[in-house]
Amino acid sequence: MTHIPYSVRYIPVAVLVITMAGCGQTTNEGGQEEGAPAALITLDGSSTVFPIAEAVAEEFGKANPNMRTPTVGISGTGGGFQKFCRGETDVSNASRPIRPAEIEACQKAGLEYIEVPIAYDGIAIVVNPKNSWANNITVAELKTLWAPEAQGKVTRWNQVRASWPNREIRLFGAGVDSGTYDYFTEATVGKEGASRGDFTSSEDDNVIVQGVASDELALGFLPLAYVEENRERLKIAPVDNGKPDDGAGPITPSAETVRNGSYQPLSRPLFIYVARKAADRPEVQQLVEMFFSRSDLVREVGYIELTPQIYELARKHFADRKVGTAFGEGGSQVGMTLEALLAKER
Amino acid sequence: MKRFEFLIEWALFLCALLSIGTTAGIIIVLAVETFAFLREVPITEFLFGTEWTPLFATPRFGVLPLVAGTMLVSSIAMAVALPMGLLSAVYLSEYADARVRRFVKPVLEILAGVPTVVYGYFALLFVTPLLQQFLPNLAGFNALGPGIVMGIMILPLVSSLSEDAMQAVPRGLREGSYALGATKMQTSLRVVLPAAFSGITAACILAVSRAVGETMIVAIAAGQQPRLTANPMLPIETMTAYIVQVSLGDTPQGTIEYRTIFAVGMLLFLGTFLLNLVSTWLRDRFREEYA
Repeated sequence: MTHIPYSVRYIPVAVLVITMAGCGQTTNEGGQEEGAPAALITLDGSSTVFPIAEAVAEEFGKANPNMRTPTVGISGTGGGFQKFCRGETDVSNASRPIRPAEIEACQKAGLEYIEVPIAYDGIAIVVNPKNSWANNITVAELKTLWAPEAQGKVTRWNQVRASWPNREIRLFGAGVDSGTYDYFTEATVGKEGASRGDFTSSEDDNVIVQGVASDELALGFLPLAYVEENRERLKIAPVDNGKPDDGAGPITPSAETVRNGSYQPLSRPLFIYVARKAADRPEVQQLVEMFFSRSDLVREVGYIELTPQIYELARKHFADRKVGTAFGEGGSQVGMTLEALLAKER
Repeated sequence: MKRFEFLIEWALFLCALLSIGTTAGIIIVLAVETFAFLREVPITEFLFGTEWTPLFATPRFGVLPLVAGTMLVSSIAMAVALPMGLLSAVYLSEYADARVRRFVKPVLEILAGVPTVVYGYFALLFVTPLLQQFLPNLAGFNALGPGIVMGIMILPLVSSLSEDAMQAVPRGLREGSYALGATKMQTSLRVVLPAAFSGITAACILAVSRAVGETMIVAIAAGQQPRLTANPMLPIETMTAYIVQVSLGDTPQGTIEYRTIFAVGMLLFLGTFLLNLVSTWLRDRFREEYA
């Protein structure tokens, strides 16, 4: 995803700037840092959540000039939980709910956590505006097209659906380091990180937009927010998952269909997990509150904000220090709305 | 005074050493990482494999698709630069009068001064859409557009160096040719051109080496899909573009994925190094001496 690599590229710059800012403070304002002993807040985890967490951390830093800006790592959701359960971080960013093995690791370490949903991520299937045939696509067809076995074999449109033309299909998709790629392969092929290798794979979403927008025979997948910025240059193919109970027929991705859980399986909630102990620190409370109140940042970095009701519920859960996960068995739960999950007793 | 002289000589020597040291450092880093890479991937698979998907769950390390991409784009570039560059060199050296040459040559050389990132977007946003008017099947990322633009970029290299070579041909040869009744065209093409052959060949090989190493244009406009094909209408990936792609991603250091860029870089280095050697050898071997 563009916002990730861009941000990642700027990490060295950011580090430099932060270091320099730190130096400036010690020289100019002398003892002020000693007067504000509030500890540094550390976040780590998913690179998909990173842009949101980074934006919130920056705003937090601006709002509290005498405190150090929270640090945000990108160890990936799994790597983030490893550190989190060892007690090395205060907040773990996750693009999926915590897994049973991770729940166990945290339990063993005696570490309790509060699960906080913060946004939705949606992936759209796009084709060229001149493409007159691909008006929708099914999850099964996506699997045929993107599975590792398809490499070098499924190369024409009519191999995906017989009624489509006998012309070459040219594929574009997010780079293999991105959360978008991981989730896309998991949701369509069924195994995270498993896909064909013969497509234009770029960490820069603009490359994918350009590739699909300039090629009549192209098909690609992109973060939904990216598509909305390029509405006129791309055509969205609604996705049908063949399960009528979460919305019959092909569903067009939008903020609405992502929120009500009908655009499945290519949308998912994103979370932060806050250590129970850290939740008692006022600066952590302030940071978490910013995740709720600054949902404009979520939209700004390319994701879909939760509904006000869900933010309200999440806020209440955090205030009540409700520990544990709503995802009893852990892992991704497809087709369940956050309202239902949050309302669940645990 | 003598001591001062001594200091200057040392300073100059250190400057020379710096560039040699840098080169040595680059070669050492490339060699060490390539060696580590080849311990995990057999060299036969690397050199002769036909699939290049090192970042995917089932990695394949056959570098041929990248080599093919590089060769395809470079061939298109040379197909543009060679005839146009040679003809403009013949014109500038033999036909144009001094005033025209004084004006045209620097203008042509401006082409070489355009930043390559500008050429890249020129290929992506102007040349490719223009070509799509005639070739509706042309993909948005393809080898053709960047190849043509790259040809334009290296054209001044070919024309300028070739023209220098032709200018170096002594007047006496031309006058002898005219004295035998040859026309201007016969003189240019059958006397001057062969006499300047070694210089022209050296110029062309330098141009090829420049095309092979060119990065920005292909990274922007040729696509990022390693594909073993000779079809210039499709998205491809060159060796240089692959290195850019991996460098910009989140690939962790020390992994085999990360080492692939050094292995590819080594291959690229050896390729251009060989070309430069051949260029030097040709120039020395076939130099016509007119003393």
